[in-house]
Amino acid sequence: MKATLDALQRDAEGLGELRLMEVCGTHTVALFRTGVRDLLPSNVRLISGPGCPVCVTSQGYIDAAIEAAASGEVTLCTYGDMLRVPGQRGSLEALKARGARVVVCYSIRDALKYAQAHPKEQVMFLAVGFETTTPASALAVLEAARLGLERFTILSGHKLVMPAIEALLADPQADLHGFLLPGHVSVILGASPYRPLVDEHGLACVIAGFEPQQLIDGVARLVAQIKAGAPALENVYRAAVRPDGNPHARAITQQVFVAEDTEWRAMGVIPNSGLALRDEYAHFDAFKRFSLSLGADYDPPGCLCGQVIQGRVQPPQCPHFGKGCTLTQPIGPCMVSSEGTCAAWFKYARRA
Amino acid sequence: MSQVLMAHGGGGELTRQLLVERVLPRLANPLLNPLLDSAILERPSGRVCLTTDSFVVQPLFFPGGDIGRLAVCGTVNDLTCLGARPLGLSLALILEEGLELETLERVIDSLARTAEEAGVPIITGDTKVIERQRGDGILINTTGIGVLPEGLDLRPARINAGDLVILTGVPAEHGLAILSVREGLGFETALASDAAPLNGLAAPLLALPGLRFMRDPTRGGVAGVLADLVEETGLSVEIEERALPLSPIVRHASEMLGLDPLNVANEGKLVIVIAPADASTALARLRAHPLGRHAAIIGQIKPSTPPLAELITAIGGRRIIQRPMAEATPRIC
Repeated sequence: MKATLDALQRDAEGLGELRLMEVCGTHTVALFRTGVRDLLPSNVRLISGPGCPVCVTSQGYIDAAIEAAASGEVTLCTYGDMLRVPGQRGSLEALKARGARVVVCYSIRDALKYAQAHPKEQVMFLAVGFETTTPASALAVLEAARLGLERFTILSGHKLVMPAIEALLADPQADLHGFLLPGHVSVILGASPYRPLVDEHGLACVIAGFEPQQLIDGVARLVAQIKAGAPALENVYRAAVRPDGNPHARAITQQVFVAEDTEWRAMGVIPNSGLALRDEYAHFDAFKRFSLSLGADYDPPGCLCGQVIQGRVQPPQCPHFGKGCTLTQPIGPCMVSSEGTCAAWFKYARRA
Repeated sequence: MSQVLMAHGGGGELTRQLLVERVLPRLANPLLNPLLDSAILERPSGRVCLTTDSFVVQPLFFPGGDIGRLAVCGTVNDLTCLGARPLGLSLALILEEGLELETLERVIDSLARTAEEAGVPIITGDTKVIERQRGDGILINTTGIGVLPEGLDLRPARINAGDLVILTGVPAEHGLAILSVREGLGFETALASDAAPLNGLAAPLLALPGLRFMRDPTRGGVAGVLADLVEETGLSVEIEERALPLSPIVRHASEMLGLDPLNVANEGKLVIVIAPADASTALARLRAHPLGRHAAIIGQIKPSTPPLAELITAIGGRRIIQRPMAEATPRIC
């Protein structure tokens, strides 16, 4: 590891500021938690992109979920991370305390189990997450169909990584030199979908895992590519990521979901960037069952989460960071989610 | 009759039957046996310590323990942390209507075994029943009374820069074991809660003049205690990730769940702060005890402004350690 760090230091020397983006919340946290950020050359800047599933979820979705829980019609099953995101009418956590049926689940399987055990309740699962979580949602829908669960639905907020990256790069102000590509997502996607980042955008790209050695290898290879002036698509996470990913998981996802235009927090509607249930599974679609629609997206006043998820602003630049907005009193989702960029900075790097 | 009825809490014949047949024989000891309205203890020499803790856990039984074992350990350990010798515990049971009596008996059996292990009797108690759906099967409160030897003063104010920090064993086992059964993660056979009474482990340290502070890192994990230390002393603490006594299974399970083992609950560990002169003696005494085999010096108290808890990571980076916001939950992706 020392050798890699030394090589990285040498390669980075004299290259000016190198702006590398990671687009996976788990990477963001691991880079802080392992201390890797602290060991990188001073001109290597890691920027967190739209990689935290809760953070990229539009405020309209959050409000729709809160509305559904407040109606008393449904039992809302959700990942714990969604619980505390503030919406127009407070958070799900506050609603739960006031008696709304909100059940915290660790996976969609829990929601399915809950639905089986409570056949009289309308059970709605808040299905958010990227390519890593969608196969589980697809399987759950298939399982619900097999079991004939009449009152189980999902509110699909599932999103796709590549369209968001493309949208970021379409911004002429995006000034990036490379991407540290997400290990978990790539287990499903494989490597080939990232090809355009190299071929069309000329960016350095490395798929990496989450151990310190993986993270350092990833950054070292990115810097080596940049130094050599030879952007390429590399994979240092071969133990888990096969070139063609997991076709079986993708097939199940495709069987149940179809890509659609979807609104992201602060990034607007990105073409074909979200997943909706196919018509065959409309029965399990909470939007249809409860005639829910997404309201407007907005950031809480003064909150820069929308800028943070696009890597335009680093958390300490937000006027609320560490003052009005803390882990105990979060203003925006980036401070709420355990994978949020603001939460990671606050937990691991706030020294004042 | 195999389940708890509302009448079991009514104070009448059924209450008496429940106690006499199912609870008291399991807990019998000379202080409890008279069944007076209060337990009577001889006046001990030294100062008296009093602590209380309530126990709500799902599931009631988990690998390595159950709510009964926790109810003894939690309170005994809170007394232990101040250096007090526990004299006895009160036991308040709140039972949910419909609870299987057999389940109650298993919990009381475990509670009795743990009390015996700790050498601390249950000396008084109470039982109430609440309606179905209003509780989690069994809720327990225990209050512990203990005696603090003269001259012993374990408080954060006595901590100095340069003192060493000891962790008495593998962190995160309790929280991970609970999560693994709740979630069916398949670690069930390998992961067990560390729930244990720690008075025996701590006793040989009390004579060491350099012993400054002990605290059991329960719900907030080791990180929570380190954050307490920083806030209560105004000093910094620096922990070496490489020195943490992590087991392969704890490493693996934490990684899979995206959890930091420092943030996960323990029920059978102590974080100890001790002067350097006594550290190796303390470590040897801890390691000689079955509950302290993996004890390790994990870090040091540092003078610095601002006061911070920091981790020197395995690869030599630095990052901050903070008290977790709430119970640690697994990540989404």
